[in-house]
Parts: sequence; structure tokens; C-alpha cells
Amino acid sequence: MFEGLTQKFQQIFDRLGRRGVLTEADVDAALREIRLALLEADVHYTVVRDFLARVRERAVGAEVLRSLTPAQQVVKIVYEELVKTLGSPAPLHLAGSPPHGVMLVGLQGSGKTTTAAKLALRMRKAGQRPLLVAADVYRPAAIDQLELLGKQLNIPVYREGPEANPVDIARRAMRFARDHGHTLVILDTAGRLHIDEEMMAELEAIRAAIRPEEILLVVDAMTGQDAVRAAEAFHRRLSLTGLILTKLDGDARGGAAISIRAVTGVPIKFIGVGEKPDQLEPFQPERLASRILGM
Amino acid sequence: LGATEITPALWEELEAALIQADVGVRVAQELLDRLRERVRREGVTRAEDLRAMLKAELRALLKDPPPLNLGRDPLEVVLVVGVNGSGKTTTVAKLAHRFRQQGRRVLLAAADTFRAAAGEQLEIWADRAGVPCIGGQPGADPGAVLFDALQAARARGYDLVLADTAGRLHTKYNLMQELQKVRRVAAKAVPGAPHEVWLVLDATTGQNALPQAREFHQAVGVTGLILTKLDGTAKGGAVFAIARELGLPVRFVGVGEGLEDLLPFDADAFVEELFEDATGSPA
Ligand SMILES: Nc1nc2c(ncn2[C@@H]2O[C@H](COP(=O)(O)OP(=O)(O)OP(=O)(O)O)[C@@H](O)[C@H]2O)c(=O)[nH]1
Ligand SMILES: Nc1nc2c(ncn2[C@@H]2O[C@H](COP(=O)(O)OP(=O)(O)OP(=O)(O)O)[C@@H](O)[C@H]2O)c(=O)[nH]1
Ligand SMILES: [K+]
Ligand SMILES: [Mg+2]
Ligand SMILES: [Mg+2]
Repeated sequence: MFEGLTQKFQQIFDRLGRRGVLTEADVDAALREIRLALLEADVHYTVVRDFLARVRERAVGAEVLRSLTPAQQVVKIVYEELVKTLGSPAPLHLAGSPPHGVMLVGLQGSGKTTTAAKLALRMRKAGQRPLLVAADVYRPAAIDQLELLGKQLNIPVYREGPEANPVDIARRAMRFARDHGHTLVILDTAGRLHIDEEMMAELEAIRAAIRPEEILLVVDAMTGQDAVRAAEAFHRRLSLTGLILTKLDGDARGGAAISIRAVTGVPIKFIGVGEKPDQLEPFQPERLASRILGM
Repeated sequence: LGATEITPALWEELEAALIQADVGVRVAQELLDRLRERVRREGVTRAEDLRAMLKAELRALLKDPPPLNLGRDPLEVVLVVGVNGSGKTTTVAKLAHRFRQQGRRVLLAAADTFRAAAGEQLEIWADRAGVPCIGGQPGADPGAVLFDALQAARARGYDLVLADTAGRLHTKYNLMQELQKVRRVAAKAVPGAPHEVWLVLDATTGQNALPQAREFHQAVGVTGLILTKLDGTAKGGAVFAIARELGLPVRFVGVGEGLEDLLPFDADAFVEELFEDATGSPA
């Protein structure tokens, strides 16, 4: 693993005429390459800066400078720091008595509705009795979309007429779940911009009404520098409990995950790797770290 | 020697602004290298002048495009393509509304037969825009749906067919082949079709926008970009790399979820807004 990057570093060090012992200048030359890799992976500008400062502090230590294989050492430190930043994989945290509420929130088109169905399928396999809730009354045919997905999976979908308000829908869905023995209530909310005051207030009201165990931000892996701003706003309003990264089946490097971890500190819980309902996987920090470094 | 306002901190600030707008580190460095050269050669010392030069360089990357290849043939076809969730279906509706207001007789083809309720979604939009929509059963061949729509348009005297296609990642070989087939159906059924192929890009997308554009262009010959979700805080700076490498113009921008929320692309305004932060004050 990391042969490409290790080789690149070795070339830099060789060019600098170093054998085994590195100066601060050598480390900085290597870190410039890391900086490029992280920025090309869409890690946020300031998050990259802070990350490199941490790596530098460790890399300039005596341990590395005396090492016989300095390139490997620097790469190892970068990788370890990256894995550490990405955090440990975390399952859904469902404490207390059922039914447990799970709210999916995020920007438009990030993959919330699809992920709601995926999550319901996954949790049913884990022994839960899920209920999907159509709380997006705005997007044309959003309710139909969730209902069709539920039908395909044979998972009940709670829906109301188009005139109903999402806060009431959420409240009544919880009652319905309690009455019908559902243990898990997964709420599909409408996509919204983090700067849309009214729509963000709606999410706060839903949260207050049903007190969900989990509020998960669903983020498109292709997201660029704006990820930080959006995630920060959602976190400030809702105190997120986790993150789901979608569309990782493409070739996006997914650096937004690091940025969002850095500004919210919430764990990454799952990744979406396709359009089909079974294409949701637990998050693995090592794999994502490799991907972000471009290997 | 007069003091110069062009300090390392200023260069860093400009780099930060470019990268945070998703311009990308390579394009940013290229632009700044060229500016460093010019600053030296032209003896620029004022920060304000440097900023103006940067904006002019960015603006020059967005060459003014030729007019749309529309408004000549009796029946014209526009294919709308892009990755999942970028805003294709909504944009098709906005385009229908726009062209209808310009006096065109518009018909929609719901060639996304894959995603749950994609057809229903477009139908609701078609109603709102006051245009007909031809679709197919879930799982139907999208090429066949487009073919039906083109036949219907011809029979009923419509002159512009806007085709919504399923979202697909540009890395999926089979799905890109399917899209090529849809294009061939259009070409066979209508002379000169597709007249335009528009790639819908989400403005929040970062460096992945370039490979998206590359692969869609390679597969179906993209003629223009539509940048959606510019009503958020993302700047959409990825289009510079696309313009530089592929020469594709931005034709429209999406600025909301309503029928009216589509604007013709304004390159000057776009470059200006690149340097404004979310609250509207200059960075
Ligand atoms: N390739 C791929 N596509 C995905 C994934 N997750 C979701 N999608 C697709 O992304 C598109 C948008 O997904 P939706 O679930 O409708 O997104 P949403 O967040 O509910 O959208 P809004 O409700 O409009 O905000 C659809 O075409 C999905 O099939 C994934 O992991 N991989
Ligand atoms: N804020 C904002 N939202 C937009 C804009 N354009 C589209 N959207 C929203 O983005 C989400 C996805 O839009 P769609 O039109 O369904 O996207 P799509 O590309 O057709 O999605 P798939 O068919 O699943 O690939 C919806 O919630 C739209 O309302 C825009 O310009 N601004
Ligand atoms: K998106
Ligand atoms: Mg949805
Ligand atoms: Mg669509």
C-alpha cells in the first residue's frame, strides 16, 4: 500500500540528496505533495492546513529523521493521522425504549430518500421492525419515491396527504409506530439549503417533536469545499449524531468526509456505494484514507 | 522604492479564495503563477490591481460561447444528462417553462425509467409547466421511451423535445453505453438530433466535476453545462477547469427549486460572485 506516494517522497528526498536523515526542509517538501493530494480530494483548504501542521509536528521528530526509510515513515504518519481524523466506525446508537427515531437530513439530491430505504433494509436484517416516514412534502413525487422503495422492500411507509405539515407527520408517525410495534422510525426529510432559515427551523421543530436517537447528515461524496459550511450549519442547528457518505461507487475521492469530521466531530456511520437498496456499507476509515490519498 | 501591497499574505489570500470556490489547486496555481509573472513584468504594486487582474484572467477562461444550436429545425431535441441528484429533472422542467415562454411548443420525454418515481416527478413538473410528457413503464428501455416521445412530438406538432435521463455516475460503463444508445435513437429518428446535449452539474461538486464532464463529453458529446444549486453558498468554480480542458460553455444556472429559477449564465457576474462570501461581502 502507498507505494506510489512512498516512491514520490523517496524521489523528493533523493533529489534533495538525503539518505536516511531528513531535515525540516525535506519534510516540508514531502508535505507539499500531501497538500496537493488532499486539496485534489476536496478536503477543505483550512482543514488541510491544520492537518499538515499536525503531521509536520510528528514528522519532524527525531524518530523520523534518524530512520533509514524516511519516505515510508512520513507516509505512515500521514496515513495514521488521516485514519485518526476519520475516526472509528460507529453503528447506529439506539438507546432507551423503542420506537427509536432516526432523522435523515441534508442538501438537495444528496441521497436521503435512497439512503432511508437502504438503512431500513439493513436494520431489518439486524432484527429491527422499521417504519419509513415520508416527511418530504415539497419535492414533486418524493412521497411516491419513498413509497415505491418501501413496496420493493416490503417495508411499511407512513405517509399523509400533500397538505400535511412535516412536523405533524413526524409526530403522528411516531405514534403510529408505537401502536403497530415498529422499533425503528426512519424519517426522510426534504432536501434543503443550510442558509434557508425557514426550512432549517422546520428540522428543529421535527427534532423537538420526536426527539430522535440519531440525526444523520447525508452527504454526497462528490461535494467540494462547501461541505464545511453546510455541515457546520446543520450541526449548529440540530446537533448531528452522525454522517452518511453517499455515491462512493464513483471515482470521487471523498475528502469532504475529513472536512465534515473536522468541523462537527460526529462519526461517519455508513457509506452508500450504489443506487440499489443493499448498497449501503459500514464505514471503514482505512479504506477511505487510502482513497483520499489517491491510492 | 515604493512599498508594495502585494505581500505573501495577499497571494495566500487569493489562493485560499480560489480553492475555497472549488477552482482546484492546479488551475489556481496556474493562474497565480501567470499573475506573479505579470506583477513582475508590469510592476504592479496595488492589491486592488492584482485582484482585478485575477478576475480578468478568470473571465478570459470562460470564452463567450456561440449561439445555441436551436431555432432552425422543425423538430429539435435536447438531451439532459448528468450524475445522480445533480438536478436534471428539475432543470428539464425549468427549461420547458423557459422555452415555452419563448413561444416554442415543448414536449418532455421521461427517459429515466430506472429511479423510483422519476416518471411521476417529471409528470408533476410537466403539469406545472403546462407541457405534455411522454414516459414509459418502470424498467422500460429509455431509448424506446425517447423514440415514442419523438414520434408523438412529430405527430402532434411539437417543435422541441427535452429529454430527462436517469442519473448515472460517469464511471459506470454499462450506464454510459445506455446513454450512447439513447443518443443514437435521437440521431436516427430526427435529422440533426440531438441538437444540444446539456450536462447538469451541481455547484456544490468539487474536483469530481472535471472527470464527470470528461466522461460524459466523451460518451455523448456534451455541448453545454447547466450549473445548479447556485442559490446555496457553493461557487461552482469547477467550471473553469472544464472550460480550460474541454472548452464547454455554461449555458444556464439553477438558483432555486421553482420553475422560474433558471437564469442564462452571466460570466461577469459569476466571476464577481466567486470572491464574495456567503453573506455577500467581498472576501
Ligand atoms: N451511484 C449512487 N447513486 C446514489 C447513491 N445514493 C443515492 N443515489 C442516487 O442519487 C440520486 C438522488 O438520491 P435521492 O435519494 O433522491 O436524494 P435525496 O437526498 O432524497 O434528494 P432530495 O429529496 O431531492 O433532496 C438518485 O438518483 C439516487 O439513486 C449511491 O450511493 N450511489
Ligand atoms: N436549491 C436548489 N435545489 C435544486 C436546484 N435544482 C434542483 N434542485 C433540487 O435538487 C434535488 C434533486 O433534483 P432532481 O431534479 O431530482 O435531480 P436529478 O438530477 O434529476 O436526480 P436523479 O434523477 O435522481 O439523478 C431536488 O430536491 C431539487 O429540488 C437548484 O438550482 N437549487
Ligand atoms: K448532489
Ligand atoms: Mg428525497
Ligand atoms: Mg431525475
